[in-house]
Amino acid sequence: MEARSLPAALPLVAGGGAGLSPERRAALGASLPLLQRDYRFERVWFWGCIEGLRGTYYIAEGLGPNRAAPRSRLYSLNCLDWSLLTPATKEVLALAEQLKGRFQGDPSFEYNLAEINAEAAARLTESGKEPVMKEEARLIATIELIDRAVGIVPRGAFVKTPLGSVHENRHFEGLSLLEAKKLSSYFHFTEPVNLKNKTLLEKADLDPSTDFLDSLEHDIPRGSWSIQLEKGGTVVVLRSLLWLGLTFYHVPMTKQFGYVYFGTGEKNLDLPFML
Amino acid sequence: EHGPYQPHEPGYGLDHPGYSPYEDEIPDPQARMLAVKNAKAYLLKTSTRSGLNLYDHFANILTKILDEQPTNTVDIIEDISKDVKCAQFRKKMDTLRDEHLILPTFEAAEKCKALFVKESGEEEHEELGEEMPSLPNVMETAFYFEQAGIGLDKDECYYIYLSLKNLINVQPIQTCRFWGKILGLEMNYIIAEVQLQEGEGEEEEETGEEGEETVAEEKEMGEAEEEEGEEKEKEPEPPKSTYKPPPEVPKEENGTGTNKYIYFVCNEPGKPWVKLPPVTPAQIVCARKIKKFFTGRLDAPIVSFPPFPGNEANYLRAQIARISAGTHVSPTGFYQFANEDEEEEEGDAYEENPDFEPPPVAEMVESLATWAHHVKDILKQGRCVWINPSQKSDENEEEEDEEEEDKEEEEEQEEERGLPLLTLISEDEGIKNIPAWTAQPSTNLIPQYSVAILQSNRWPGAYAFASGRKFDNIYFGWGHKYSPESHTPALPPRAQAEYPIGPGITETVDPTVEDEIAFKVAQEEALAGEEEEGEEEEVEDD
Repeated sequence: MEARSLPAALPLVAGGGAGLSPERRAALGASLPLLQRDYRFERVWFWGCIEGLRGTYYIAEGLGPNRAAPRSRLYSLNCLDWSLLTPATKEVLALAEQLKGRFQGDPSFEYNLAEINAEAAARLTESGKEPVMKEEARLIATIELIDRAVGIVPRGAFVKTPLGSVHENRHFEGLSLLEAKKLSSYFHFTEPVNLKNKTLLEKADLDPSTDFLDSLEHDIPRGSWSIQLEKGGTVVVLRSLLWLGLTFYHVPMTKQFGYVYFGTGEKNLDLPFML
Repeated sequence: EHGPYQPHEPGYGLDHPGYSPYEDEIPDPQARMLAVKNAKAYLLKTSTRSGLNLYDHFANILTKILDEQPTNTVDIIEDISKDVKCAQFRKKMDTLRDEHLILPTFEAAEKCKALFVKESGEEEHEELGEEMPSLPNVMETAFYFEQAGIGLDKDECYYIYLSLKNLINVQPIQTCRFWGKILGLEMNYIIAEVQLQEGEGEEEEETGEEGEETVAEEKEMGEAEEEEGEEKEKEPEPPKSTYKPPPEVPKEENGTGTNKYIYFVCNEPGKPWVKLPPVTPAQIVCARKIKKFFTGRLDAPIVSFPPFPGNEANYLRAQIARISAGTHVSPTGFYQFANEDEEEEEGDAYEENPDFEPPPVAEMVESLATWAHHVKDILKQGRCVWINPSQKSDENEEEEDEEEEDKEEEEEQEEERGLPLLTLISEDEGIKNIPAWTAQPSTNLIPQYSVAILQSNRWPGAYAFASGRKFDNIYFGWGHKYSPESHTPALPPRAQAEYPIGPGITETVDPTVEDEIAFKVAQEEALAGEEEEGEEEEVEDD
C-alpha cells in the first residue's frame, strides 16, 4: 500500500487480525518519507512484513517513473534502518521455492543446501563457494514470488502510455460495488502471462491502455481468492489463499486501494485439499 | 483542359478561388465566409451511428475543460473526450423514477446502529443489583494486543463489544469472553466463549433422551413388522454382514473436558448469535486428519476423506476445541487447583490464586516456564478424560457369547494419559527445529510499560499477552494447525475381506496327470512296503 495512505489503510486490512503496533506505525511514518528522499523514489509502498521465529522483516518497495519497472526492495528489522535488497535471479528463485519451513528472523542465517538440493550444492562447491543459502536471498526470492503471484491492483487504476511506461490513471474513480465483487476487475501487477493466449474475439473488447495485465479470473486453482465485503459493506477485501496473509483492500467508488502482506512467507501448498 | 491536380503535383490548388498565382488582391471575403460555412456544416454533420456531431462534441469538451481546468490537459484530452461521450448516454428525462438501490452497506449499517440501542430491561438489572454476568472489557484487551500489532480495528472491536452485551442480555450467561475471529471464504466467524448459568445447559440432554426413547419405540415397531414379514414369506436372505463398527466413544458431559465452555458464533457484529453444538470425540479425531477452509456458512457440508461426521458448525467447534486446548495459557501460578488432592490427571477444576505475584515482563518473555496451560490437553481418543468404550457396550449387548468373542478380537485399548492440567508451556514440543512458542516484549524502547506477548507457532494466529495481573488469549486466523510438511490426506482403508479364508475355500491347483501317476505309484509302493513289513513281522514272530 502507498506509504502516505498507511494511517487510513491499516484499519481497513485489520479484519484478519494482523497489523502494526503503534510503535512500528510511528516509526514507519518517520522513516518511509526519508527513504523516498534518500533513494529518489517517486512512490514508496509499504509491502508488509514476514514473521520469522526470532524477528520480523518489514519490507518496503520503491517505484520510479515507470510503475511497472522492476521495483527496488528494502527490508528492515525495526522499521527505522532500511537495507536495499538485490534483485532476484532465476537460480535464487528456483532454490528458494524448495526451501520449506519458517523464516528464522536473522538475515545472515544459512540454510544447508546439501539436504535440499544436492545438485545446486555441488555446483556451488565446485565454483568455490559454500553450499549454503542465506536467509536474505530467501527473503528476496519470497518477496518476488509473492508479488508475481498475488500482487494485485484494480482494473483501470493504471494506464499504459503509448511509449510503454505505466502510470497511475488520474481518471480512476474506483470500481463500482458490482464490479468490485468480480474477480475479473482485478489484475496481477506483474508481467502478463495469459494475455497473448486470449482469442481475438476477447482481445477486441479489451482496451489496450487499461487492459494490459492478467486478470484474476483464470488463476489456478479456481477459488484461490476470497472476496468479502467488510466493515458493513464499505470495503472490498480480497485475501489470497495461496499465500496466506496477503490482503488487498479497495473502497468502492474511491481511489483507495492497496495490498499488504502480513504472514510467515510460506506458500500454502495444501490449497487444493482445503477448498 | 488540365485535369484535377493531385496534391503532390505542382500546380495543385491553383484552380481554387483565391489561390491563383495571378491574384495579388485580398481574397474575396465572400469566398472565405463560404469556406467557413462549409467547414461548420461539415462539423455539424450528425454521425449516423451515435447521433452526435463533432461540433457539439468539441463544444462540450472545451466547456468541461474550461470549467474544471485540470493540469496537463493535453495529456488526458482523449480521456476527457471519452468521458464526455459517455455522459451523453445518460437519460435525463425518464418518466420512471429510479428505484432507490438498497445497498448491502445500508443494511449492515442498520444492524450496527441497532447495537447501540440500550434496552429498557437493563435499568432494572442495575437497580436490583443482581449478580450481573461479567462482560469482558473487550476494549481493554484490544488495547493490550494492539501494543503488539494484533487485533481488529477499533470500530469492529466496539461493535463486537456491544454484540457481546446483547448476547449476555439474551442468554443466561455466567461468564463470557471474546475468543477470537476465524476467517472464512465467504464470511468470517466471530466467536464468543461462554459459560452458561447452572441448570441451563441441560435442555439439550433432555431432548437427547427423548430422541432415544422415540428411537427405541421405532425399533420395536420395526421388529414387529419384520416378524410379520417373516411369517408371510420365508425367502432366503443374503448373508448378513458380520461387521460390527467399533464402539462409539461417548462425548464428554457439558461442562467438563472439551465441552467445558459453550461457544456462540456470528458472522458479523449485529447479526444474531448462533450456539454451536457440543463436540464429540469422533469429530475431534476426524478434524485432526483433514484440513479445510471454512466457508462462513454454518450449514455447509464438509466434503472430505475421512468423511467428517457433521457439517461446518461441528468442524468449527472441533477446531475451536483443539485451538483452546493447545494455546490457552496463563501466567504460572495465576490459577491453582481447587482441591490439593486433585492434582492428578483427572482434576479439571481450577480457581484463581489470590496470592499470585506476577513476575516482571522481562522474565515472562525470557522464560517460558512462567506460562502454563489452563485448558486440558485432548487425548488421541478425542476426549480429555480417557474412557474405555467397550465398557458401555455391556448394557446394550444381549448375547454374552458374542461379547466375549468381540473382546478377544478387539485389541485392548490402552488407557491414555494426558498431561496434567496446569503444565508449563516450556514442556510443549516444537515441530522439527521450530519451538512451540515465541515470546516477545511489545516494545524494546520503553521497557517499563511493555507487555509480554506470546505467539504460538503450532497454531499460527493464537496469541496471549500478560501485563501484571492482566492476561488474555485470543485467536485470529484461518483455524488450521501449522505443519512444515504438506498435508497428506488419509488413504482409503484396505478392502474388506469378502469371506474368511480357510482350507475349505482355498483353491488349490489340480494335480496334473504326471502327479497323479506318481501319487498312485507311491501309494502302491507304500502298500507293498506294508505287506512286506507284515510278512517280515510274521516271519520274525516265528
